[in-house]
Amino acid sequence: MDFLRPARWEEALAAKAEHLTAVPIAGGTDVMVEINFDHRRPEYLLDLNRIGELGEWEVGEDTVRLGASVPYTRIMEHLRAELPGLALASHTVASPQIRNRGGVGGNLGTASPAGDAHPALLAAGAEVEVESVRGSRRIPIDEFYTGVKRNALAPDELIRAIHIKKADGPQQYSKVGTRNAMVIAVCAFGLALHPETRTIRTGIGSAAPTPIRAQAAEEFLNAALDEGGFWDNGKIITPSVAKQFADLCAAACNPIDDVRGTASYRRHAVGVMARRTLTWTWESYRGTEPTAFRKGSAA
Amino acid sequence: MRVTFRVNGRRQEADDVWEGESLLYVLRERLGLPGSKNACEQGECGSCTVRLDGVPVCACLVAAGQVEGRDVVTVEGLADYAKERAAGGGCATHPGSCGTAGTSLDAARRWEARPTDSATGEGAQLAPIQQAFIDAGAVQCGFCTPGLLVAADEMLERNPNPSDADIREALSGNLCRCTGYEKILDAVRLAAARQSEGA
Repeated sequence: MDFLRPARWEEALAAKAEHLTAVPIAGGTDVMVEINFDHRRPEYLLDLNRIGELGEWEVGEDTVRLGASVPYTRIMEHLRAELPGLALASHTVASPQIRNRGGVGGNLGTASPAGDAHPALLAAGAEVEVESVRGSRRIPIDEFYTGVKRNALAPDELIRAIHIKKADGPQQYSKVGTRNAMVIAVCAFGLALHPETRTIRTGIGSAAPTPIRAQAAEEFLNAALDEGGFWDNGKIITPSVAKQFADLCAAACNPIDDVRGTASYRRHAVGVMARRTLTWTWESYRGTEPTAFRKGSAA
Repeated sequence: MRVTFRVNGRRQEADDVWEGESLLYVLRERLGLPGSKNACEQGECGSCTVRLDGVPVCACLVAAGQVEGRDVVTVEGLADYAKERAAGGGCATHPGSCGTAGTSLDAARRWEARPTDSATGEGAQLAPIQQAFIDAGAVQCGFCTPGLLVAADEMLERNPNPSDADIREALSGNLCRCTGYEKILDAVRLAAARQSEGA
């Protein structure tokens, strides 16, 4: 095994191009587990810790450009206002020690269906900035996950940053596990209200081969909210609408039975989380000034 | 490969390190610092918790090559670390300057073996959090203790007056299989109380 330690991003790209089998390591919270247990013996480890820019973020007008290695701890501390869903999800990641090392880039690189960040990214709307010596491109988050622990990266590409839409309304995140810390999600659910476009977006984790959005549920709810004038009148969402939304979210799942839970439990739990997070976010939306989330009036 | 870094204020060199080796393995097997415990090797238990440039991490999940040129504090260095912090400076406030004072030649010459009592901490040089663990009876088999000490000490540095929820949150990555959590919480509360009395 060789240990590659590029000091700059361009050097990292060159090293990856030269050694396509090199496994990038930043926080190490996934990669080192595999090496410790002898599940993986990469020919090359590509250490990204020396590349300072990967640990930085920029808050732009509409999006946050989050460096691939920004630890979850930083997201919780500094980006709660801009990325409330991701901040909540970050807080459910493992333990303080892991949150001090791990970041969203690693979650995307591993692309486990159980990665905690995925539902929040799907719900908020995001693009993954990847680069190789051939050039840079942005992959929409909906196209990023291609299979169980598979993503849309080419062998010579590295994840540089994630561009996440800044919240224009309330966001929520919910995760089911046997305890609060140190659990892989049995299933997880993210929901974001986007009052500017009068849409909602969802993200489901650990209930299908990849993280997914519940698109039929989103379309149903978008239409129901529109028809009922809910965005304007701020009324409580009709229980039958919330129930139908929850049922459609559960139906979007394609889960398996495993040691952490059965498929039917996962479907049920996703429905419950969908209803709850909808209630929480909508209550929060109703509680704000009616115009607060309208385009152009945001502070 | 060779890895050069600072551990508890001392420059250390480890040779013939395998590229896939963890920081934990280097500390225990190459540098003779077995205080950080090896249990789960997957970041679940926290018994290998050390501070990397001041930040608590699981040493089992840090690749050895990643610590090149960086500062590590293990439970073995906790007493000195706490002492320097109390003296207002050192590693706690200036990462990188950790242990620059080291042991003076004079102090080294005057050193002699003294009897210590591990049951009471008498005669041993301990960090306040270590003494609090002894006084509160928070040590049973002792395997989780080093990681808990490092994690708890870091929390008290950041948050001198933690609520019970803060303590639980800060220690949520450290498992104790003797189920001694109540005594551990007592110990951290005790250390916090002593710290604010002393302040």
